[in-house]
Amino acid sequence: MAVSEEKQMIVNGKRLDGRGFNDLRPISIKAGVLKRANGSALIEWGRNKVLAGIFGPREVVPRHMTNPKRAIIQARYIMAPFSGQEEHGRSGPNRRSMEISKVAKHVFENVVMTNMFPKTMINVDMEVLQSDGGTRVAAITAASVALADAGIPMKDLVCGVSTGRINGQLVVDLDKTEDNYGESDMPLILSPRTGEVLLHQIDGKLTKEEIAQAMDMSFEASKKIHELQVAALKGRYERVLAETENGNNGGGN
Amino acid sequence: MILDEVKEAYVRDLLAKGSRADGRQLLQYRKVKVTKGAYPNAEGSALAEIGDTKVAAGVKFDAAIPFPDRPQEGVFMVNSEFPILAHPAFEPGPPNENSIELARVVDRGIRSAEVIDLKSLVLEEGKVLGIFVDLYVLDHSGNLIDCAALAAMAALADAKVPKYDAETKKLLRDQPVGALPIAHKIVTCSFEKIGSKILADGTDEEEIASDGRYTIATADSKTICATQKSGAAGFTRQEIVKMMDIALEKGEELRKLI
Repeated sequence: MAVSEEKQMIVNGKRLDGRGFNDLRPISIKAGVLKRANGSALIEWGRNKVLAGIFGPREVVPRHMTNPKRAIIQARYIMAPFSGQEEHGRSGPNRRSMEISKVAKHVFENVVMTNMFPKTMINVDMEVLQSDGGTRVAAITAASVALADAGIPMKDLVCGVSTGRINGQLVVDLDKTEDNYGESDMPLILSPRTGEVLLHQIDGKLTKEEIAQAMDMSFEASKKIHELQVAALKGRYERVLAETENGNNGGGN
Repeated sequence: MILDEVKEAYVRDLLAKGSRADGRQLLQYRKVKVTKGAYPNAEGSALAEIGDTKVAAGVKFDAAIPFPDRPQEGVFMVNSEFPILAHPAFEPGPPNENSIELARVVDRGIRSAEVIDLKSLVLEEGKVLGIFVDLYVLDHSGNLIDCAALAAMAALADAKVPKYDAETKKLLRDQPVGALPIAHKIVTCSFEKIGSKILADGTDEEEIASDGRYTIATADSKTICATQKSGAAGFTRQEIVKMMDIALEKGEELRKLI
C-alpha cells in the first residue's frame, strides 16, 4: 500500500538499514521446533518472526470437503494482534489474511503431491508473531520447510521474496518502512526446480520492463533463501542424530 | 462433481484441438458491454457484461470518520456479494475466499494506481468523504474479476459527489457538486492456464478446467498497477511477460468502453 508522501529511503546508494539494492535481510530458519505438530519451522527474517506448523494428512473436517481423488490443503495465515509496531490488532482472520491464505494454499496445491493422500486434509498454519514487511513470503518459505519436516512428499521446496520500487529504485526484500513509503511491491514465490512462479501479487505501478527486472532480482535472491531452507532441514536431522548418539533416543524434537 | 469432470474433459478435449466451446480464439474476449448509470439511486453505478457474465456496481458516498492512522485521507472501500441467484454453486453465507479475493484485487488495482486522490476527500477536521463500491455478481459465466473491475471503474466514472452540509454534517444527495475526479481508468485482463495452454477471458466451464489464473490490472498502455496469481498452476517468466503484453494492449480497448 503506497503512501504518497516522499520519504528518502536511499542515501549514498544504501538503504536505511545499510543494505544494497540486492541484499536480503539476515534470515535464519529452524526446522522441527514444535513437539505436537507433524512438521514445523520458525523463520526469523530481519525483524519478522513467523512460525509454521503442519498437521496431516489427516481426516477431513468438515467432512463434506473431502476430495476422493486427492488431499485438500487448508492454509491459514494469521497475524498475531501484537505482531505489528502499530496499535493492538484484531485477533483472527481478516480480509487481507484470508486472501493471503488463499494464494498460499494455491502455492502448496502446486507442489504437494496431494494425489498420494486421497480423502485427507493437510493443515498448513502460518502464525506471524512479529511483522516487519514481507511476512507472506516469509510465512510460505517457512511453511515449505515445515511441510518437508512433516515428511509430506513435495515436488519442490518453494521460497520467495518481495521486490519493489522505492525512490524510483528496484530493491529486493522490502521491510515495513520501504513497503509503507515505497511506490510498489511485488511478492513472489518461486518453484526453484521448474522456474515457475507460484505466487505473484503486484501492488503499485510498475512497467513491464521493471517487472521483468524485478523477477530476475527475486529469482536471484531466492537461490540464497533456498540454500537456507535446505540447510535448515539438514540441521534438523543432524540435531536428531546428535541426540541419538548422546543416548537421548532422539525422535520427537 | 461428476458433472464438473465431464465439463473439464470437454474443455480439455477441445483445447487439445486448439479450440473453445464458443468458437473463440484462445486469446479472444467475449463481447464486452458497459452501461453507466444503471441504478440511478446510487451516486454512481454501472452494469458490466462480458458475454453472459453480468456484474453490477454501485457507488455510495458517506460523510465518514477517517481511519485513525490516515486522518487526512478519505475512505475508499470495495465489497463484493455473490448472491445465490448468480450461479448454482453459490451458497448463502458470509463472503468466502473467492468473494474476498475479487473485491481485494479490484480494490488493489484502483488504489495502487491512485485513481482517486484520497487526500482531496477531506470535508472538515475529523470528517472525510467515504466512497463505498459494492459489486454484485448477477450472472456468473466466468471471468468475474475483469467484469467486476469494469463495473467498479465505470461506476466511479459515473459518480457525482453530493454537497456536504457542514452544519448538519450530512451529505445532500439531491445536490451534486460535480463528478468524482478520476486519474486513470483501471482495467484488468485475466488469463486461465489449462495444461500448457493459456487463454483469455475464461468461461465458468473453462474455469472449472483451469489449473490457474493470472490477473493483470493496467492503468494505461505502459503501466501495470496490480497482479494476482491464483490457482495451483505455476507460470513461467516468459508466460508472465507475454500475458502482460496482451493485457497492456487489450486494456486500451477495454478502457474505451468505460
